[in-house]
Amino acid sequence: MRLVLIFAIGVLFGLGIVISGMGNPAKVVNFFDVAGTWDPSLIFVMGGALAVTMVGYRVVVPKDRPLFDSAFHLPVARQIDRRLVGGSAVFGVGWGIAGFCPGGALPVLGAFDASVWLFTGALVAGIMVARLGPGLLARRASA
Amino acid sequence: METEFTPWVSLAGGAMIGLAAVLLMAVAGRVMGATGILAGALMPLSRADGAWRWVMIAGMVSAPAVYLLATGDWPEITVPVSTPMLVIGGFLVGVGVTFGGGCTSGHGVCGMARFSVRSIVATGVFMAVCFATVYVVRHVVGV
Repeated sequence: MRLVLIFAIGVLFGLGIVISGMGNPAKVVNFFDVAGTWDPSLIFVMGGALAVTMVGYRVVVPKDRPLFDSAFHLPVARQIDRRLVGGSAVFGVGWGIAGFCPGGALPVLGAFDASVWLFTGALVAGIMVARLGPGLLARRASA
Repeated sequence: METEFTPWVSLAGGAMIGLAAVLLMAVAGRVMGATGILAGALMPLSRADGAWRWVMIAGMVSAPAVYLLATGDWPEITVPVSTPMLVIGGFLVGVGVTFGGGCTSGHGVCGMARFSVRSIVATGVFMAVCFATVYVVRHVVGV
């Protein structure tokens, strides 16, 4: 039952991405192109998503536990450091160059457009290098 | 290339994204960040931890087919950038979101909705850098 619900939630998220235009890089890049072919639609995506999530989390998170787990898994990190700021800056550069963010690209993999798969392949490579690379370098340095 | 300003459908799509975030918290007690879900699926902590993430991704990827059944059209995906930009951008996004600990859905929606200072800083940085990147790419370099 839990996995059926999670699947349905994935479909709902994906439909939201598709309908809102977050899965269409032309629309995403135009949002950031204030000096050119500006399309402010994405403000409404963020606004709609944030408003619903803020209200919904206020109802859900104070409960003892979620329906199918013993506790909520909320992020606990608090520090503002170079990792957070530098990583987010690199993400901003990549997003501006490619026009896809991870949540925008994953659902439209199902539209079988080659460019989405290409972006996602590069995305996965970037995640793996960033996750595994520092450890490999450290191991080599200590060997 | 111009894209049509779509405030209402974008707002509706955004609200669906928000509803998905609230439901995932209520059902599984998890934050709905595309980066975290994808990275955890690629490198799961356990079999059960990987399973729900792959199910969620499968749901997301099904969305374009659901959209096709409902509307008779595939979602519009127009990629306004070259293939090298898609690959370089994708790689940078993967590295950036890994170090930054999240992307538009994780920091921008779920984290901001929880008033997490880390997420507010991260979102401010990646949005600002993305505006600057698109300006440079389109109006300085002129791609």
